[in-house]
Amino acid sequence: MPLIETVNLCQNSDGRDILKNVSLKVDRGEVFALIGPTGAGKTTLLRLIDLLDLPTSGKIYFDGSDVFESGKRKLEARRRMAFVLQKPVVFNMSVYDNIAYGLKLRRVDKGSIRQKVGRILEMVGLSTYQNRNARTLSGGEVQRVAIARAIVSEPDVLLLDEPTANLDPVSTAKIEQLITDIIRRDDTTIIMATHDMSQGQRLADRVGVLLDGEIRQTGGFQDIFTAPGSREVADFVGVENIIDGVIASNDDKVVTIDIGDNVIAAISDYAVGEKVYACIRPEDVTLALSRISSSARNSFSAKITRVVSRGQLSRIEMDCGFPLVALITKRSTEELNLAATREVYAIFKATGVHVIKRKSD
Amino acid sequence: MTEIWHGLTKAIGLIISLDPEVTEIAGRSLMISLTSTLLTSLICLPLGSLIHFKQFPGKRLVISLIQTFFGIPTVAIGLFVFILFSRAGPLGGLNLLFTPAVMVLGQMILITPLLLGLTIAALSGVDKVIPDTARSLGASGFQMTIIVLREARFAVMATVIMGFGRAISEVGIALIVGGNIRGFTRVITTAISLETAKGDLELSLALGIILIFIALIVNILLNRLQPR
Repeated sequence: MPLIETVNLCQNSDGRDILKNVSLKVDRGEVFALIGPTGAGKTTLLRLIDLLDLPTSGKIYFDGSDVFESGKRKLEARRRMAFVLQKPVVFNMSVYDNIAYGLKLRRVDKGSIRQKVGRILEMVGLSTYQNRNARTLSGGEVQRVAIARAIVSEPDVLLLDEPTANLDPVSTAKIEQLITDIIRRDDTTIIMATHDMSQGQRLADRVGVLLDGEIRQTGGFQDIFTAPGSREVADFVGVENIIDGVIASNDDKVVTIDIGDNVIAAISDYAVGEKVYACIRPEDVTLALSRISSSARNSFSAKITRVVSRGQLSRIEMDCGFPLVALITKRSTEELNLAATREVYAIFKATGVHVIKRKSD
Repeated sequence: MTEIWHGLTKAIGLIISLDPEVTEIAGRSLMISLTSTLLTSLICLPLGSLIHFKQFPGKRLVISLIQTFFGIPTVAIGLFVFILFSRAGPLGGLNLLFTPAVMVLGQMILITPLLLGLTIAALSGVDKVIPDTARSLGASGFQMTIIVLREARFAVMATVIMGFGRAISEVGIALIVGGNIRGFTRVITTAISLETAKGDLELSLALGIILIFIALIVNILLNRLQPR
């Protein structure tokens, strides 16, 4: 039985659909990342899951029971969760009292409060600040107080909304380490929203891609990254080469895709005539100076239009009759002397092409 | 001019020697206004919170109405309460006219809009994320209201003090429904208006100085409450 299940959640505000039929299941102990661009509805969904807002329609089951049955049930469910909001604020009181707040609400006795708060303060590295007014802390410290305040009550579910947005890299690393510690230490179920895919990859077991208020795909990070289920997901996860085409032949799942002036070989179940997108990750494209014979099924002569270096990698933009982007090491770029207007061969394997069905419109 | 100087020195003498009449009138003023402020706060802080946190149709209108009554003339309330409690009035049977109790009631009516309006304003000044944070940490509706009031504590205290300032300095209600009965309903403001009319400047000045002194203390309190 999933710990949290949402069924066809819809949220409508001022005539705009913010969430559309969101159905999600999150199991106990799972770390689930909601990824999506800003404005996709991640915060709205987390607020609904934490029972801060009422959905326009749909149901939420917490530990198997319908939470909207009564106000009391809602408060009980909410007290088993903790939510670190995107913009963390601290109460105008000491760091200690801020962290103790949730425990006081639950009428935990003073001795236990002191013990638990003490332990958490140590965990987040704020023991020396316990008597300081929390309003005087820096952004990263405030975020640590907010997380400490949330986990001190040992919630079954921890909801995190963009836990490292607006933080500097050092603070971000500290917060991520803290979240990793929480994951390792307790079997807390975590649902976190992030627009940072690499953060989702670092922390989560499973990912849900939220685009325009809809969950477009859920699965392991690797699955989504290598096999995005739709053009929008592919765009969001950074597949740069998305080429329109039509399946021209299918010989036992080895297909050729007609993309206009060229043909791409790929592996797919789609039948001849199906309109598809061929997605090729830039990392999977190899460049050569001459036509070489290799096992790769796809080889195109190309003209480099632009070279952009990003750290140790270079992004090579080419024209092969269709635009194609390759990501190769800077070293290779130098050794092959790659620059704009240079003629090269772009090579990629049929298995490196991910084929997505195009919506017929 | 000499008359004023003469009156002023005698007034200060009255205060320093703790003149029984002066202390009695000042004490009554404080009692009545503190009582009315306390009772009104007990009503208006929860009610203001309710208005602030609940969404209901006509909410903006209600708040506008409350603000409209901020500056209501005290004599208008005095007249209203007088009619209500006069022999022939609907509450005449209670025999409360010309008692401190009805003065408290009148002052409560006077400062209710002020306390409600300023409580709502104080709560509006709290970061919108605070109520969500409290609820996300497990606060019930009541517990959430308490923490938001606590966050707004400086503004809420200032609200109460301003209410007290308005209550103790008003004269219309105290005069009309209190009747300025010596030793029973005479307060600082009514005493000043009567003694001045009689030409007894010493007592008026002494009481006036005390009133200003109270206003000064109220102001100092307000200033000390400003968060540093």
